[in-house]
Amino acid sequence: MEEELNKPGIKTNRKDFLKKGLFAGSVLATGAVGISSLTSCSNNSGKKIKVLTADGKLVEVDSNVIIEAHPCCAAPAKESRKGIPGKKFVMVIDLSRCKHALKCQDACQRYHHLSGMNVWLKVFKMHDAETMAPYWMPKPCLHCDKPPCVKVCPVSATYKRDDGIVLVDNDRCIGCRFCMAACPYSTRSFNWEEPQYLSETKGAVYSPELGFPQKKGTVEKCDFCPDMLRQGKLPHCVTACPNGVFYMGDLNEDSVSNGAETVRFSQLMKDKGGYRLNEILGTEPSVYYLPPVNRLFPFKDVEITKENTEETK
Amino acid sequence: MELNKYQQELFNHQRPVIEKFGARTWKWTIFFLLWIGLGGYALYLQIAKGHTVTGMRDNVVWGLYIANFIFFIGISYAGAVISGILHILKVEWRKPIIRIAEMVTVISTIIGPVFILLCVGRLDRLHHLFLYPRLQSPITWDVFAIGTYFTGSVIFLYLALIKDFAIYRDAKLNIPKWQQKMYKILAIGYRGTKGQKRHIRISTNLLAIMIIPLAIIVHSVLSWIFGMTLRPGWHSTIFGPYFVLAAIYSGTGVLIMAMWVYRKMYKLGNYIQDKHFIYLGYIMMVLGAAYGYFTFSEYLTDWFGSEKWSNEVIDKIFNPAKYGWWFLFTNIAGILLPIFIVAFPKTRKPGWITIASFFMVIALWVKRYLIIVPTLESPLLPMQDTRTEYVKYSATWVEWALTFAGIATFFLFFTLLSKFVTIIPISEFGGKEKPVVTTKDSAEENEIAPA
Repeated sequence: MEEELNKPGIKTNRKDFLKKGLFAGSVLATGAVGISSLTSCSNNSGKKIKVLTADGKLVEVDSNVIIEAHPCCAAPAKESRKGIPGKKFVMVIDLSRCKHALKCQDACQRYHHLSGMNVWLKVFKMHDAETMAPYWMPKPCLHCDKPPCVKVCPVSATYKRDDGIVLVDNDRCIGCRFCMAACPYSTRSFNWEEPQYLSETKGAVYSPELGFPQKKGTVEKCDFCPDMLRQGKLPHCVTACPNGVFYMGDLNEDSVSNGAETVRFSQLMKDKGGYRLNEILGTEPSVYYLPPVNRLFPFKDVEITKENTEETK
Repeated sequence: MELNKYQQELFNHQRPVIEKFGARTWKWTIFFLLWIGLGGYALYLQIAKGHTVTGMRDNVVWGLYIANFIFFIGISYAGAVISGILHILKVEWRKPIIRIAEMVTVISTIIGPVFILLCVGRLDRLHHLFLYPRLQSPITWDVFAIGTYFTGSVIFLYLALIKDFAIYRDAKLNIPKWQQKMYKILAIGYRGTKGQKRHIRISTNLLAIMIIPLAIIVHSVLSWIFGMTLRPGWHSTIFGPYFVLAAIYSGTGVLIMAMWVYRKMYKLGNYIQDKHFIYLGYIMMVLGAAYGYFTFSEYLTDWFGSEKWSNEVIDKIFNPAKYGWWFLFTNIAGILLPIFIVAFPKTRKPGWITIASFFMVIALWVKRYLIIVPTLESPLLPMQDTRTEYVKYSATWVEWALTFAGIATFFLFFTLLSKFVTIIPISEFGGKEKPVVTTKDSAEENEIAPA
């Protein structure tokens, strides 16, 4: 196991390794929890949780590193093509609240076991022109209603569901990367090499609704966490954001929630002047943005360096 | 099969090429096989480690392989032009060169799609293309179009070969038994009866007519892989005709080079004459001018309109610090050079025309690269990746090795095929025409030498 963890791109040290060994033990014991990926040790939440290990010891671990190992609610491949009946999911991202905390990205990487180079939720530093003010823009997959990626897929490995979600089936994908070339929002990633799994994801049953285990030579992307939505829960980025930037909801019900508050979608659009990214392309995204006005935080420029992207991996 | 005087002369001339493999051919064959072997090792690495061994990454998802794919499918148009169009127009001088043209077509149509396979991440799932085909996808169109085009080209080449196979069969050539048998099977009992002649004539005419729209469809569909996306530099309405034209143009160039090589190698100066180079040179000049016109209007509209996203691509292509010099090279070597070489009587010679073709073909390869890579390096959202290999594409040795393996395969197939069939079709010299006119400069190359 140490050898596996010492693969390039994975930061580890002896202490982390010991911890992880213990965590793996706890997974065996309880079967209900697993340990998050590698980055977790650097982001302590300060909250400790007691976990029973296989040899009967009670240990305390940071709450940030614990995740459910086997989510209960992902549909198998065939069913995942239909979508959740009666729903039309939309997301609203309030740019006035984003301060580039990257908690959304952390949670996304962890829950989807993205241990490699691929990032599903990117946070862009937008600065459209010299005379304009820069702002941070989190960008998941926009789950377009007229998705250019779905149009070009030769084998229907990526598809649009009735509930508005666009998924990728990596059991069917042939890896031609046409969808990546076609996506105007730089959303998709390719597994250029064998993905580095953590031990607890090994043996996990693949579902397009989970997005893992990843497979070499296939495309992957943000999936709106349909396994969470099936349980009536919010996607991980929404719940992880400390500032309530993300709202997720159902267009049919006209309501969206960021966990703290639930609001009328149409009212939110009206009050705050919601818009969609590059409307001119005619892709009709399901993700709406609220402009960065009356910001909660002043824009603090962070040089996007190798180091802080390493952390988010 | 009864041969007339001209046919007998031509056959005697080419006979040794078929009967003897020769040390020189062996050397070349081994040389090509070595390259293919290196490519095989590169392919093994790519399959074992994944496409991480290539220079492609999430932004630039396509690279050399796709450029090679377009290039090889492009040069396959040699057959479509010479055999198709010239056949329909009943141009007599085409006869000595149709075999070479159709060989270029068939061989490059085999190699082109191989590069697509090299690019695909999951070779083990290719059957998905037929299990779950989606008609909306331009890739599916490509699969059908190239499949049909390839079948058509093979039949076209074969139809022109049946009579020749009958000649080889009846000639009592000094060759191994299996080869004799092969000719017998491939000649499918052709005896030159009136009915047989008629069948072949009708089928050839039909295929010549079919192959032209097919060729147009293939490269149009290929261009639409790019044209159908919303990417600047690709999303262009003239991409279909632009690609078709570039394909015919580069195909003519490759044909001229192949003619030059065979004329030298097998001393075929009596048959592949200066006039063939000059006539094809004229065709090349006209195509070059048309290609230049397309290039000009494509980049002028993008540059003049100066939309934000187009601008980024245009800047990469025009800027000398980025791809500017390469773009300049494609325009000088790919458009101006062939036009001027053919336009001036002083340089309107086989050697010069071949040199111009050589540079033009390379320029058109570079141009394919310039169509693919700069656009992929200019996504609509800002590229804020800190990993340099994700921002700028540079091909790795694996990609180059496989590229050269592809080129070596092209030459290898050519070499082997030219040992199996005569490069100049013998049966075409039947009846009326008097093909052999000894020109001044070809007289000294007239003696027969085994290759």
